[in-house]
Amino acid sequence: MPEVPIDIAHVAKLARLPLSAEEAERFSSQFGRLFEFIRELQALDVEHVHPTAQVIPLHNVLRTDEVRPCLDHEAAIQNAPATEGPYFKMPRILE
Amino acid sequence: MSKVIGAPADTEAVIGLEVHVELLTASKMFCGCRNAFGAPPNTLVCPVCLGMPGSLPVANAKAVEYLCKAGMALGCTIAEYSKFDRKNYFYPDMPKNYQISQYDMPLTTGGSVTLPSGKRVNLTRIHLEEDTGKNVHAGESIARSAYTLVDYNRAGVPLMEIVSEPEISSAREAEEYLAELKAVMSYIGVSDVKMHEGSLRCDANVSIRPAGARELGTKVEIKNLNSFRSVGRAIEYEIERMRACVREGERIVQETRGWDEGSGTTHSMRSKELAHDYRYFPDPDLVPLELGRALLSRWRTELPELPAAKRTRYVRDFGLSEYDAGVLTSERSDADFFEAVAAASGNPKQAANWMMGDVRKVLDRAEMTLASARGRPEQVAALITLVANGTISGKAAKEVIESVMIDGRQPADVVAERGLAQTSDAGAVAAFVDQALHANADSVASYKAGKEKAFEFLVGQVMKLSRGKANVEMVRGLLKERLG
Amino acid sequence: MTMNTGHEIREAIARGEVSAVEATETALAAIAATERRLQAYLQVTPERALARAKEIDAAIARGQDLGLLAGVPVAVKDLFCTQGVRTTAGSKILENFVPPYSATVVRRLEAQGAIIVGKTNMDEFAMGSSCENSAFKATRNPWSTEDVPGGSSGGSAATVGARCVPIALGTDTGGSIREPASFCGVVGVKPTYGRVSRYGIVAFASSLDQAGPMTVDVRDSADALEAIAGFDPMDSTSANVDVPHYAAQLRNDLKGIRVGIVSEFEESIAPDAAMHALYKRAYEDLRALGAELVDVSLPHSKYGLATYYLIAPAEASSNLARYDGARYGLRVDGPDVFSMFDETRAAGFGPEVKRRIILGTYALSSGYYDAYYVRAQKVRTLMKKDFDEAFARCDVIACPAVSCPPFQLGAKSQDPVAMYLMDFFTIPMSLAGVPAMSVPAGYVDDLPVGLQLVAPAFEEGRMFGVAHAYEQATRHAWARTPIVYAGDGHAA
Ligand SMILES: [Zn+2]
Repeated sequence: MPEVPIDIAHVAKLARLPLSAEEAERFSSQFGRLFEFIRELQALDVEHVHPTAQVIPLHNVLRTDEVRPCLDHEAAIQNAPATEGPYFKMPRILE
Repeated sequence: MSKVIGAPADTEAVIGLEVHVELLTASKMFCGCRNAFGAPPNTLVCPVCLGMPGSLPVANAKAVEYLCKAGMALGCTIAEYSKFDRKNYFYPDMPKNYQISQYDMPLTTGGSVTLPSGKRVNLTRIHLEEDTGKNVHAGESIARSAYTLVDYNRAGVPLMEIVSEPEISSAREAEEYLAELKAVMSYIGVSDVKMHEGSLRCDANVSIRPAGARELGTKVEIKNLNSFRSVGRAIEYEIERMRACVREGERIVQETRGWDEGSGTTHSMRSKELAHDYRYFPDPDLVPLELGRALLSRWRTELPELPAAKRTRYVRDFGLSEYDAGVLTSERSDADFFEAVAAASGNPKQAANWMMGDVRKVLDRAEMTLASARGRPEQVAALITLVANGTISGKAAKEVIESVMIDGRQPADVVAERGLAQTSDAGAVAAFVDQALHANADSVASYKAGKEKAFEFLVGQVMKLSRGKANVEMVRGLLKERLG
Repeated sequence: MTMNTGHEIREAIARGEVSAVEATETALAAIAATERRLQAYLQVTPERALARAKEIDAAIARGQDLGLLAGVPVAVKDLFCTQGVRTTAGSKILENFVPPYSATVVRRLEAQGAIIVGKTNMDEFAMGSSCENSAFKATRNPWSTEDVPGGSSGGSAATVGARCVPIALGTDTGGSIREPASFCGVVGVKPTYGRVSRYGIVAFASSLDQAGPMTVDVRDSADALEAIAGFDPMDSTSANVDVPHYAAQLRNDLKGIRVGIVSEFEESIAPDAAMHALYKRAYEDLRALGAELVDVSLPHSKYGLATYYLIAPAEASSNLARYDGARYGLRVDGPDVFSMFDETRAAGFGPEVKRRIILGTYALSSGYYDAYYVRAQKVRTLMKKDFDEAFARCDVIACPAVSCPPFQLGAKSQDPVAMYLMDFFTIPMSLAGVPAMSVPAGYVDDLPVGLQLVAPAFEEGRMFGVAHAYEQATRHAWARTPIVYAGDGHAA
């Protein structure tokens, strides 16, 4: 099986996406094939190439500082799985 | 005195501050929701600042302008090219679980803050980002509450982060640095810099090292500093704690510590289970900023005179002391008031004395500010003029100032109503003088025997007889003449 | 029962021959007749559609100007937020999400008189090429119900392919409009990046996502794109470039048009004799219409897959961080807020989404960012240049949209990379941000296959012109009837 450089357990923690042992193993072997393609990229000389984050050559897209209507409070919280009074409610934060 | 290596006297503190300042825009950073403090929870929110699926940010032009102006005021270099990045981490007060911030291309770099001592604290950078919502904890603390309640009104409020170099060396300097930053921000009107409302927040990075060493010691980040005083106290406490560690031969741990205002101590905040890996990358929902020279120079011309320049001018043109100039310029609105009084009265020194003395006193007593007081600069100036031209005595003026400042009355009206105008009629004053000399033969004798003090007593007696209305200069002249 | 095209419906309404309500009823009946076998919709909204149709009829009766899509039934992928109508992105994590706002394109469609009849099935968060990654159901191909409709806009492709509605909206990040359009025998357009607002479209990969029409014919795509395109102050990446009246640019011949044939792509397709022959035939048809065929090269296209599978998952990993159970959508409770996040995300996302979140998080993580993400962005620059150079030699590019006709359900679902390779011919255009479309080009094994046409940025009009001439000359879309009707009691 091709070598996969990903520390899946660590990355899953960063992504807050716990994986079962079975999932982690399956992903790992699937990534193996993908990294065959990705490694070809590593062989390319791009030292003097500018990275493209955006394909459209736009800059300074800014809005004027004008207040627009907010959502109604009811609409803002209507999708919340739990609320208390006007607040979004969720389990406590353990630091 | 011999010195022991590692003893407190041999260490110096190295402090860097990260100051977050909420910008005073009408709307939020990336959406049109109103930017305001104190609204009912979750009423200043929309799909964008709630991070709802499909919503997109559009940057507020005013926030960019304000940050650049703050940078200009602090002598920063404004970037020709800047961009927004995403800082990825999960936290319930962050609607998207990433914060739009700036990573490797902040809007400004460099610049400095000058402390009263003349020491310059260099700035690393100022960048623009969005604020988070607020967690409201049921119960006394985060850890003890059974659940968390979240209000996202503050989420998306424009925030600038001002990062200093680690060049501050004491708690006092840290407080001075904050005071100067606060003054500059309020001068240019980009923030209301109210620490108690959270519009100015501060984290401190503190380390100690042997005096004169070049390497930095292990740094501790202190969070939860809610007032200038707590910044100072927390730094003092932390420096002492670190020194004690060194004395005891303990290792200082790199960590984040929380300041507890009640106990006056810092405590270790359990390091998050994950090493920080914010996975910054350019936000693909936003495009870069290239502000251009024309726009930047226009903003530069719009900057007001800054506190440091004002202080210099007050000392140079008005002959005020550095200290007085510092007090008068700490708030722009106060300085504007003072300057209006100085101009209208033509007497900057008297204007300064009044502003720092009796005006301040009556306002404090009434728990008012210059902004909320009804008295205007022209009225204070008119009062100064009444004293200067001898219409009333300085003492009488002190009785008038309260009505002027608190009730907004015209000084001349108050003087007339209370009959406070001085008598400069030679005949009337002479009558009071003669009456006093007659009634105080002992004092006359003492004075003639060389007791200078007796003269002042006699002046006082004349003023008493005239119920304060006799022109005191005239009284002195006549007394001297009579006692000649 | 065959639905007319959108422009035919609009013209019939203009002539007073049919009402918007009747057109809507026809569409709803066609959906009802085929849905059991097709499974194209996550939600059909007949009441809302008929109410809207009545309003349109009333407006027409009052003498109001007819919008570009007046009375035309339209389906939208369930990735578009629709105010008051559940929007799931094909994911369990948004199963009960009812947006309090509509996507800009949805509002624009409705402003032009379109009648939205329902929300179509899709691969979860638009990640997939077969529609099998939907958390809810697998949509079938109207030409062969054992086969997939393609993805991720599979439901939109299937419902148009089955002639239930003339127009559906899809989104395309690496091929999610073009591949299903090819599979279902419809026209599918991925506009220039920035041409269409992304506001209100559940984000997958922000620097690549574009919404576009999927239609029976080219004219409808031209009209639908005209309706939805243009600057949106709510989207910083939407371009402030005028939107032409595309219908005026439709052509019937290709005289004076230089059509670029990509040599690297021809090499790739050559081993498959049937596919190769189909595309050869298509290029000859273009030449027969007066086009000049020229060879062009996209030397970096072979890096497309790797580049795309670093950039898109990286952006997705960040875009999908918001699904944590705190403010909307699924919540799986835990003893503290972070375990709630973990449990919710573990339960709410399907395997393909998880795979990409892991991959993308990795590509952005400390120590790998430069080696993967930044490098991919640099290769992206090279691919963009490839297109610039190609378009210096030609007006449009013609190339395969797909490497094969539709495949059976389950055939590739255990092999993600085989699935990723389905986008081999469509990814380079997405990375370069140029407009591209798939237009029906015939059948292989009795299943539809599309020809991909590509134009320089903001030259959709030129692309439509070529597509229209080709479509009118070949009429592949009308050559056969979708199998979904065969043996179905409701078929006419
Ligand atoms: Zn908002």
